[in-house]
Amino acid sequence: MKSKLNLDPKVVSSARQHAANIAHDMQEFIDRHTTVSTERTIVRLLGVDGVDEVDNPLPNVLVDHLKESGALPTGAAYLIGNAIVQTGKTPQEIAEEVAAGKLDLTKLPTCPQAEAAEALKPSIKATFERIDAQKAKRKEYLETIGEGPEPYIYVIVATGNIYEDVIQAQAAARQGADIIAVIRTTAQSLLDYVPYGPTTEGFGGTYATQENFRIMRKALDEVGEEVGRYIRLCNYSSGMCMPEIAAMGALERLDVMLNDAIYGILFRDINMQRTLVDQYMSRVIIGYCGIIFNSGEDNYLTTDDAIEAAHTVTASQFINEQFAVLANIAEEQMGLGHAFEMDPNTEDGFLMELAQAQMAREIFPKARLKYMPPTKFMTGNIFKGHLQDALFNLATVWTHQSLLLTGMLTEAIHTPLMQDRYLAIENAKYIFNNCRHIGDEMEFKQDGICQKRAQEVLAKADALLAEVEKEGLFSTIEKGIFGGVKRPFDGGHGLEGVCTKGENYFNPFIELFKDHK
Amino acid sequence: MSICTTTATTQVDLTKVKPYGDALNDGKVQLAFTLPVPYGEEAEECAKQYAKKLGLNEPNVAYYCELTKGYTFFNVYGSAQATIDYTQIVVPKVEGEVLDRVECGEWIGENIGRDIVVVGASIESDAHTVGIDAIIQMKGFHGHFGLERFKNVVAYNMGSQVPCEALIAKAKEVNADAILVSQTVTQKDIHIMNLTKMAELMEAEGLRDKVILTCGGPRISHELAQELGYDAGFGPGKYAEHVMSFIMQEVQKRGWEKKVNIADR
Ligand code: B12
Repeated sequence: MKSKLNLDPKVVSSARQHAANIAHDMQEFIDRHTTVSTERTIVRLLGVDGVDEVDNPLPNVLVDHLKESGALPTGAAYLIGNAIVQTGKTPQEIAEEVAAGKLDLTKLPTCPQAEAAEALKPSIKATFERIDAQKAKRKEYLETIGEGPEPYIYVIVATGNIYEDVIQAQAAARQGADIIAVIRTTAQSLLDYVPYGPTTEGFGGTYATQENFRIMRKALDEVGEEVGRYIRLCNYSSGMCMPEIAAMGALERLDVMLNDAIYGILFRDINMQRTLVDQYMSRVIIGYCGIIFNSGEDNYLTTDDAIEAAHTVTASQFINEQFAVLANIAEEQMGLGHAFEMDPNTEDGFLMELAQAQMAREIFPKARLKYMPPTKFMTGNIFKGHLQDALFNLATVWTHQSLLLTGMLTEAIHTPLMQDRYLAIENAKYIFNNCRHIGDEMEFKQDGICQKRAQEVLAKADALLAEVEKEGLFSTIEKGIFGGVKRPFDGGHGLEGVCTKGENYFNPFIELFKDHK
Repeated sequence: MSICTTTATTQVDLTKVKPYGDALNDGKVQLAFTLPVPYGEEAEECAKQYAKKLGLNEPNVAYYCELTKGYTFFNVYGSAQATIDYTQIVVPKVEGEVLDRVECGEWIGENIGRDIVVVGASIESDAHTVGIDAIIQMKGFHGHFGLERFKNVVAYNMGSQVPCEALIAKAKEVNADAILVSQTVTQKDIHIMNLTKMAELMEAEGLRDKVILTCGGPRISHELAQELGYDAGFGPGKYAEHVMSFIMQEVQKRGWEKKVNIADR
């Protein structure tokens, strides 16, 4: 396809190569380490679920037990496999006995690694049967009731109460939404466990729990059948429990998950080693399950300036793409993020936004680009806000974005009311319909404002990636290049949950998830 | 022709103010809301009656539509009847004069004779830093430089999701004159809970009179801050110079010029 922005393909491939080198460099670090959350993910995938009598999730009880006995480097897979060999019990029974204080996994006789791995096979098989059934179900829905056209209309629900969320979500689907994202409650990202069961109390969002996923999945399947469109479900595979939530999403058929290699480091102050190791485990799961991941580059523009820092968004998209390649994620599942966040008082601001969006589309032609609406410059003036969203919707349809995070006129005030969502979807549909083919009709002037802007941003992204490659990703983040936020290598939340892999360590799931056949 | 008056409107009676549409005292108000009732003529009538109960005469349901089964959205105009006595309104405001950044620096040099030390954070569950950064970070916000750019001011920014205990410990460690708390998320009044916790801990630690306690955020007013036991509160449109003007004058009022250490205050 010819570049409408006259982008130099050599610069694009140079940037991509730098990003690939950066990701490879990180992968060596990742491969040498594991984390408590990665281990809990393995435990969950082996079929362990439930809580002990004081509501501690059993995966936490088990992994804490390993950590306290200094056995984290050996890993949960070997120790559970060994326990199966020695006791003949299932992983769930083993976890329950550990919780009851009846079993110490580190005090059992030990078998060879191959034997432990063999003992895990029935549990692994059961899990894959469940996940494969969910994949088949999605496929069946897409083949029978089908889906809405791109850009998919993505809206959030955030009442704090999963049952209220269901009402809001079904209403949104009837109004035309294609994707429902259940926003998580404030500060869940810093919890080092995933709460259990249905929940009805949250602040600015609803707890992500496996039961809540199940409740919402069922509600969306129902309303999807009613409206004759598959309705996708989105939640957050991010924060301290990033890979565990990916595993729960795999089991409960989530379709979209927010998942970014760097977001947690910058915006939640989660330790960088922890996040990078966790994102790998989460992404191999996401890749296998056909889930679209959404990266969080849009957030950089809330703490940094959208005009000055545009190239950091592009650079980060390249990095997120290359981490995804290493996890064997198909391009169609790469929901690379960006945003319409320039100061609305900027002359020709719309042209720069258009250039940025078109550039992202051209650089990542098959990606399911996730486009974030104006947020930072939304104010209590909802009437102007509705217009800001209209310009955003125009840029979206013009440049063939894939996921439209539908802008709400009340963005600066509260999480959406039912009527806000209706007005937002009406706004988007009006513009999409009236401008459906605008991008095919219009071209950019040779060397005009848009072309020049895009070329400049791309060149700066390439230069930045070259610098990051030289410097290494860790120290780039320490210097505050992304989002203007600095984070130390040994700082932030969750570092105590990271360790290097020991002798008998193995993670049976990585290879299985990476093999999509 | 005698129906022509010389002015468009008569004089406003400030003791009886009501909304203005295009004629004085027409009371014009517009409302948008949803009722949990099925779409239809009964829904329209329901909205009309509701508007009347809210005190709107001649309500006009300009638009209504179904949001989903059982929920109807309305856009209603009407003439409000209630009036307010504007002359009796009192809004508590932060006391003292507001100086600009350069003036603040000089004023502190002349009147306090030492650096003013402040510690700020977005506390507890709140992950929003842009507000507190706008006040503290060098680059500031909307052309207003932050406290790091002020002369004779030493500012520590602890970032977001900082537990109250950690913020207080830092204030003690650096002998802060003032604490700056930011709160952005207000859903289910979580900001009230967090701000109250902070004020109570300050009290419990015996620091309430020894450190100036301020807060800010998109839903914070000076009045709310005072109700919660803070010395001052700063909402939208308030910048570093506003909070520093208050703090430095308060330091002088309390006679802390020579009392660098919290223990001496
Ligand atoms: C940027 C942003 C984010 C960024 C924050 C990045 C960062 N590092 O700060 C990210 C993406 C991380 C984010 C996350 C969330 N956000 Co947010 N976010 C916003 C957004 C778009 C802008 C806020 C902002 O930066 N304003 C600019 C600053 C400068 O304004 P300000 O804070 O009012 O500060 C000024 C004054 O108030 C004052 N001030 C502020 N603090 C202080 C302190 C002192 C001492 C003084 C003197 C003055 C002062 O000075 C400043 C300059 O005038 C708003 C929407 C909007 N347009 O307002 C939503 C918004 C605030 N977020 C919201 C929510 C719900 C969340 C989440 C909870 C969502 C979720 N469930 O995950 C999470 C937060 C999780 C958590 N643990 O807190 C809601 C809050 C709803 C409510 N009323 O409670 C909003 C309104 C969006 C919405 N409609 O839902 N968010």
